[in-house]
Parts: sequence; structure tokens; C-alpha cells
Amino acid sequence: MEPIKVLTANIDKPNSTAIDTYLQSGGYERARKALTTMTPDAIIQLVKDSELRGRGGAGFPTGSKWGFVPKNAPRPTYLLCNADESEPGTFKDRVIIEKDPHLLIESMIITGFAIGSNPMSYIYIRGEFHYGATVLEKALAEARAKGFLGKGVFGTSFDFDITVARGAGAYICGEETGLIESIEGHRGQPRVKPPFPAIIGAFGGPTVVQNVETLACVPLIVENGAEWFKSFGSPKNTGPKLYCISGAINKPGVYEFPLGVNLKELIYEHCGGIPGGRKLKAVIPGGASAPMLLPHEIDLPLNFDAVMKAGSMLGSAAIIVIDDSMCIVDAVWRLAKFFAHESCGQCTPCREGTNWIETVLDRIERGGGVPEDIPLLMDMPENITGRSLCALGDAACGPVLSSIHKFTDEFRYHIEHKSCLPETKRYRRLDFASGH
Amino acid sequence: MAELHPDNPYAKDRFADPSKAVEFPPEARKRFEHILTRYPSKEAALLPTLHLAQETWGWISPETVHYVSELLDLSPANVFGVVSFYNMYNQKPVGKYHLQVCTNLSCMINRAYDIYEGLCEKLHVKPGGTTPDGLYTVTEVECLGSCGTAPVVQINNDYHENMSVEEMDALLPKLK
Repeated sequence: MEPIKVLTANIDKPNSTAIDTYLQSGGYERARKALTTMTPDAIIQLVKDSELRGRGGAGFPTGSKWGFVPKNAPRPTYLLCNADESEPGTFKDRVIIEKDPHLLIESMIITGFAIGSNPMSYIYIRGEFHYGATVLEKALAEARAKGFLGKGVFGTSFDFDITVARGAGAYICGEETGLIESIEGHRGQPRVKPPFPAIIGAFGGPTVVQNVETLACVPLIVENGAEWFKSFGSPKNTGPKLYCISGAINKPGVYEFPLGVNLKELIYEHCGGIPGGRKLKAVIPGGASAPMLLPHEIDLPLNFDAVMKAGSMLGSAAIIVIDDSMCIVDAVWRLAKFFAHESCGQCTPCREGTNWIETVLDRIERGGGVPEDIPLLMDMPENITGRSLCALGDAACGPVLSSIHKFTDEFRYHIEHKSCLPETKRYRRLDFASGH
Repeated sequence: MAELHPDNPYAKDRFADPSKAVEFPPEARKRFEHILTRYPSKEAALLPTLHLAQETWGWISPETVHYVSELLDLSPANVFGVVSFYNMYNQKPVGKYHLQVCTNLSCMINRAYDIYEGLCEKLHVKPGGTTPDGLYTVTEVECLGSCGTAPVVQINNDYHENMSVEEMDALLPKLK
């Protein structure tokens, strides 16, 4: 399968963030077409027909999500763009934000119109993306100056504007109800569902929260139609897709393919394989939350359904490659440490469980593990999964459970010999206390 | 009374000192008024107001918490709860250069811990600590969303990508 340039068509152009560059390639014509020639229902139907699924992690059908928004809700409807890209291994939305901000703005105008958004919508961008926020602010000012945002967009009665809301360093705000809480000025602690955000979300109104890459597909669908969009990928797994690849790989970066590129082909043919003549040990196919795959399991198309069938998940399509020089206990410990740090603290099974997973893994890494630690680690996810409000607890269990099942011998060796498997090593010093 | 640990919320230096009261300078005040126009409620302006406060004073002091709570009609406890929830709000003063090293998996595989541990040793600071001259703070942070160009070190607002121990060593003397 060859790489494509659909979502990334503009990013290599000189001065790609300027509105004039964007207008030259037909920019904002899709929004004009949608607002002046289509009804909101027709746009929603078109997106449903395209079978577009959310690119943030869950893969939920986008058109259906928009269809849940009630027409005459007592409070205003909100459109929130989720640009809180914080799943470890993910750096795709940043490309759109920093290189093609007008694509995102145009997509929000169309989406806002389709769902009947109130005149103010938000891009919630993670606080660390300071440069990205600056690029967006500048692009928004350009779009306002051209009359693409503000009162009566494209001469219609639709008023619409966008505010850049910066996060402040909390992974959990990428969870849609956590994001809503954060927009409202609270700690980003996820809400009980139902009610789902489409019914009661931000400021009590119906709310659609949508990932940057998902939104970026919308103008392309309006321009080229649902059938064109479905010509990429396979049924129910349609469209162009950005893949982020990092870790032990020769050519890391963001690659665009039709949804469903083969993982093995991606690693060895497009990304140049593993550096330093080392061998593949494991692959995380969809961000830190996704269970690991072994080298013999990677001959599969990277789409939502195939990866799920293989026992993992596509998530945000963040592929992290681990080579055979790395101690697997230490790698999993680092992910466990992430989830322990990022648990919002609201639900006891997640708050306590993620910390215990980290503690036990660190104990094994330091040579203090006991044989009972293996069944203990296998048992812990049972007490976390499905027992917290959001998916963070479940996510924390993904890499832990999969690695223990797939690398049981290495865990055993570590416990018995109080050291890493020969020819593997840890990448940190144990005499250093954690900085968190 | 026994002395309280400085991280204890009831520690003395966590309470506002009236003699250190703060107020936005006119330019920041203008930006604050603009922020208010962008949100449907005063409370929703809390995060951007705290960002503005940190930009103004470098950290969120107890006095800032009180000032912001008055500006937005919130309780100081509410504001402090938000400040302590989010990583980016500094609850202590930080150095002129805040060196934030990502050590999550993709950066770790690309030797981020060597950079991080090296910085702590070279600058003689504990993790999260600040040099006595107030120039550098070294912090280990979670994934910065720059895994394709790992390892990454965020210095104040700017990302420094594809870093190495050697490049960090070369960069450090330029940060004065």
C-alpha cells in the first residue's frame, strides 16, 4: 500500500498556515457549499453515509454522534474540538494544528452548522502545545477578517466563532466529559454517563466533542462525497488515516495511508525497520492504552476492527515499537507510571489500582519481586476494569495484562534472578527517585 | 505546634500573606477582561485566567489564588483545587529556564532518562528542583506529543526535539 496525501495535502506547501495559501487550494469553498446549499440534516446524513469513525481512540461513528443531538434543547448546543493530544505515542493532530490550521477551522464551521451549534465553540488544545495555540489564534484572526467567522457566516443566518481554550497538563482532559469539565473551569474529572454529552454536556447543553483528525475529514467528505471517502479502506473502516510511529524505529513520524495499512509493511517497508540491527520485541498499535502485539501478530491491517480482533485496539493509531534490547518490565513500568500519575483520583479502583500496578512493577524491576507478584498483577486488572467512570482504569490494564501474558518467562526470570533478562536492559537508573 | 511539611495544604506558606497581595498590571487586566467575553460563565474563565497569572508572575502563589478567586467569584479552595489538579500550574517558583524532560516510553527508548538524569547531576538539583541561582528547574514530565522527534525537552514554552545528551550539553550554556 502506498502512502497518500489527502489530510496532509497542504502541509508541505510553503507558508501552509496562511489563509491565502489555503484559499488557493479551494479552502473555505467546502464550508460555503455546506452552509449555502445543504441542510444540517443533509450534512449529517452525508457523514453517516461516509462511515467516518472517530479518530481520537474510540472509533465511534461520527454521523451517529451528531444525530443524537436534540433539535430543540432548552440550552445552547456546543461544538468542542478535542486537541488535547496526550495519549503517549500520538502526535498526529499536532501536524494539522501547526501546518494546516484553516482545515480545522473550516471543518468546525461545517460541523457547527450541522449540529446547530451556538455562536461560540472551542478548540481545547493541550497546554503544552503553546506554538500550536499561537498558530490557531493567528489563523482564527485571519478567518474572522475574511468574514468566515462571526455574524452571518457566508451570508446565512448562522453566527459562529471559535475560542482556543488551553488545557494545563492533564491527560484525563482528553476524555470527553473530562474535557467538558475542564472547559467549564473545573478539575478534569470525568462525569457519570448517561446523560451522554450529546444530550447534556458543556454548560448543560447538548455537546459534540470531536477529535481534530475526525473533524479534518469533514470538509473532504463535503467536497468529494461519501462514496469517494469510502473508496479508502474497507467497509466500516473508511477514509484516509494518519499513523504516528515512534520508539525503536528508523524513520519515525506521521504517515498517511488509507485506513487499514498492514502493520508489518508499515514498520519494515515504509519506516525502515528497527535501528542498529536489533530485532522487534513488541508493538503497541494504538497508544499507551492498547495491549501489546508480538512480532508474529503484526501481519494485520491497521483498522478498527482488525486490530480489535487481534486482541488490541487501534486507539489513536499511535504505534510504539519496542526492540529486543529493552527490558519489558521496565517498559511496562513506564506506562504504568504514566497512568498512576494521570488518574484523576475520582474512582477508588483506578486511583489505588494504577498506583499499585506501578509499585509492584517497580519492585520487580528493582529485584524485590516475589513469585506471587505475577498472579497479583494478573488479578489486579479484574478489580479495575469496568469499575471506574471513564476508560482510564481500563487503559492502564491494557499494557500490563498483555505484557504479563505474552512475556511471562521474562517476568519470571526477573523475579528469580533479580535482574533483567540477558541482553536486555533498563533505560533508567534505579538510584534516581521519581520526579513526579 | 509541630512544623508542617511544606506540601501539607495547611503549611504556613500555603496561606495568603496580605502584605504580598497581587494585582494584574493594566495590560494583563485588559487581557483578563477579554477572556471573560469568550466564556458563558465567569467560572469557565478560570483556566485561562490562571495561565495569564502564571505568565505574569511565573507561578501561582497563595496570594494569586486569592486574587483570582475574588476576580471570578469563586472560593479560594475551589481555585486551589484546580491549580493543584493541573500539572502546568507551578505551585512553587521555578527557574528562569524550566527544563521539562519527557521520559515516556518513546522518549525513554530514545534515551531521555540519560538527558534527565544528566541534567539533575550536572546542575546538582533533585528531580523537580531549582538551582540556587534561580536559573534552572529540572522536571520529568509525561508525554509531550512529540514522540516522532523523541527525545524532547520543553524549555519554558518551546519544544526542543531530537535531543541528545550532547545537544543538551551544548544548549545549556546558551541559556543564561
